[in-house]
Amino acid sequence: MNSELEGTIRSRPVYGTLEPREGSGHLMVADGEGAGAIVDLVAGAGAGAADMLARTQIIYIPGPNGTDQSDRLRALNAWSFFRANDYATAQPRLRKVLGDAHMGLQIYLSGTEGLIGQAQRDAIEAGLPHSAVQTEFRGSTVRRVQCVHCKGITENVRTDPFKCSHCGLNLFVRDHYSRRHAAFQGVNIDAEDPGHVPPAVERFK
Amino acid sequence: MGLDFFKQETFRDDYTFRNSPEAIRRFPFPFAEDSYMYSVNMEPHVAGPKGSVFEHMFDVDEHYLSEMRDRAMVLRDDPLRCQSLPHMTLAGWDLLELIMESKARDYPDWFELHKTGNRWTWINRPMEIEQTFTFLNESTLPHGPMEYITRQTQGDFTLQDQRDNNLWIDAGMVTTQADWSLDFDIGMGFHEWHAPVPHAHQMGVFDRALKFLLKLQLGAPVRRFNWTMTVDPILDTSPETYPKWGPSKATLTLDNIGHRQHLRVELQSLHRLPRSNAIAFPIRAYLIKFEELVTMPKWARRLHRVVRDVHPDLATYKGFLRNRDLMVQYLSQFDDGKPTSPGWWPEPE
Amino acid sequence: MSNGTARIPVTVAEVLEVNELIKRFRFVRTGGGHLPTFSGGSHVVVEMNDQGTRRLNPYSLMSDPADTSSYTISVRRDDMGRGGSLFMHRQVTPGMQMQIGPPVNLFPLDLRGRKHLMIAGGIGITPFMAMTAQLDARGERFELHYAARSRALGAYMDFLETRYGDRVHLYVDEEGQAIDLAGLLSRQPIGTHLYVCGPKPMLNWVLSTARKMGWPDGAVHSEEFLGAPVGKRFQVELAAAKKTITVEGNQSLLEAIEAAGVEAPYLCRGGACGQCETDVLHCDGHIEHNDHWLTAEQKASGTKIMTCVSRFEGKRLVVDR
Repeated sequence: MNSELEGTIRSRPVYGTLEPREGSGHLMVADGEGAGAIVDLVAGAGAGAADMLARTQIIYIPGPNGTDQSDRLRALNAWSFFRANDYATAQPRLRKVLGDAHMGLQIYLSGTEGLIGQAQRDAIEAGLPHSAVQTEFRGSTVRRVQCVHCKGITENVRTDPFKCSHCGLNLFVRDHYSRRHAAFQGVNIDAEDPGHVPPAVERFK
Repeated sequence: MGLDFFKQETFRDDYTFRNSPEAIRRFPFPFAEDSYMYSVNMEPHVAGPKGSVFEHMFDVDEHYLSEMRDRAMVLRDDPLRCQSLPHMTLAGWDLLELIMESKARDYPDWFELHKTGNRWTWINRPMEIEQTFTFLNESTLPHGPMEYITRQTQGDFTLQDQRDNNLWIDAGMVTTQADWSLDFDIGMGFHEWHAPVPHAHQMGVFDRALKFLLKLQLGAPVRRFNWTMTVDPILDTSPETYPKWGPSKATLTLDNIGHRQHLRVELQSLHRLPRSNAIAFPIRAYLIKFEELVTMPKWARRLHRVVRDVHPDLATYKGFLRNRDLMVQYLSQFDDGKPTSPGWWPEPE
Repeated sequence: MSNGTARIPVTVAEVLEVNELIKRFRFVRTGGGHLPTFSGGSHVVVEMNDQGTRRLNPYSLMSDPADTSSYTISVRRDDMGRGGSLFMHRQVTPGMQMQIGPPVNLFPLDLRGRKHLMIAGGIGITPFMAMTAQLDARGERFELHYAARSRALGAYMDFLETRYGDRVHLYVDEEGQAIDLAGLLSRQPIGTHLYVCGPKPMLNWVLSTARKMGWPDGAVHSEEFLGAPVGKRFQVELAAAKKTITVEGNQSLLEAIEAAGVEAPYLCRGGACGQCETDVLHCDGHIEHNDHWLTAEQKASGTKIMTCVSRFEGKRLVVDR
């Protein structure tokens, strides 16, 4: 596992490896390199793969680094496949699928933390316990960060510290993570000594 | 006591907050010995000596009205400081009942609660409130039940839902906090919202505390202390407003530290709630200026030793590492090296 | 922790023979006044003085949580048990003074539930009596499926049907009716929470079916009160108290520790909550682990015992009490 993703504090999410589980249906949501985790998941189902795919819906979004592996997922011939350019576009469809679903639906999320966190949040809002969702990290380690001061979210943060894309404050990136915001916390780094901002280091790629 | 007991003071701008000699004498000094490290320091929240902050379930002191005015201003500027996830409304009613019954019982001159079935009338004389409402009917109060009663009660409050052998911080009124964000932390599990605390996880403090709290029983509340340091008497030291209050830390000098540096003590208690099975967690903050605190020689000696010897990681987490040397320099004037007696009571000399 | 809590003195206000196996008891506070408010799913521990033997048995509160003027429990007679239920059936009469512990909830509703699906078997109906009353009062969505051996043993079928209409579904075994569990579990909307209380085979059936159908553990809740099983007499050394005590065949280890005047923690007295977990310092023999608390690994290690339900057979057992 990428060293950036190793558990540092207890609020920082940890991710597993997707594995096929019995259920009434299967919903898979992935971005970027997360497509590979879905392909591996289906391969892991062995003889049960065809039956699983017949009850599987896949939603896919290219990664923040531009990786687009839609072809690999489309080739699985799942019951349905949908590609969106970004999460905001995929979200209404995801919410509709969750709203129509029954208990027993299995949810598999893979790719970047931003995608996993946001899709998990939608599953929780639909009424599922967060532990019911399987996750696997793949691809870019860029972070989704909420500015604790102005509440604005900056997507795809690469450096620490960085400038809030909403209020312009210089923020350092904590490992403290909120499932409800699907974001890490950004805190003003030069609040006590305005203007004393250490050089930005590229921590997330 | 009459209503003139309550002082008019500010926790912002001109900072007129100060403690009367009586408030100093009853201040909940949190150190029972000359050193400090985390522990699961919980004890039953039972009535303490008359006049102490433990005398009643919810202490109402001379700062009551000023604190409530400050809370209203914080909420006006940022309503997200009070949030309750939808399933926590019942716990909010539980809290409202607990506070109203306690205050009406403990302070009959100031608060009254009259019940005719579910038709309740609440009288809060200091705040000049009289409200008739239907218990468990949200549409009969101007705010949700938790917000309604905590706009009239000193201290922050969180409500923890108990599920899956864990506690989830799913509601809260947080305007007098030691630098943590309800808006960010709401919905987290016990270990998650404590995640930033250094050392305590490795010591197993949170595992033991959680195990203990999951078994917390109805009618048997417990309490503990926590503490930190705050420059100027600011109740609302939130992460949200850190750019506003952070710079003050860089302005302390040996001349002004006695007046501007405050020890901030949280008297935290935990109560099992009856209808929701949730746990209420009042976090009551008390502020005392260093110059007020050193009027008690035992406290002065002990605080000097605690601040001098506390682990740098804790000083960093509590946000006072940069001023620690200055604090030690100031406090050392009041430490003649004499031994201190165990326990936290003041012993004036 | 538990034994430090104040007991509540109560008077038996009413004893009702519901059917050949079940009696219902209503308690009011001795000297008047309200009892503590509780949440649906809570139990109280009822203290009995059975000819000098002190018995403490947990029973689910089945009355409406909104009504704190009295508490109601139902007790199913267990002719093979240690004697608590027999005492309740034979000795407890209206007007009697008893003591109960404060309500404790180890089977709470998950209030996030968009819908609450409850499955009860036999006497397992009691916690659901309180839960349905609580949910109904708050306008929450629920559905109750209740199975009993015979119509006569389906103690509260009529009451529930009258009160909740088609939100309640009844199944009588001897009339060949059975819950279509797979069908039921396949139709539940996302956000449904499942609760089950009843005899062990039913519990296992519901839990394993739900798991097989992909229900997440966090949405499935169950309660099984084990009566502490009877067994053979055995001896235990209490290391801290420096006492050796004998546990009679119809006594639990916890009861024997208490009878020896040694303080010991407990909450559920049914092997579920973990509160009475006790370190085993020496074990030369076999511990019969009857609890749901310890992991299989812990049970195999022989270093822990749950005093409320577990027993011992062998040469020597030393525990840290």
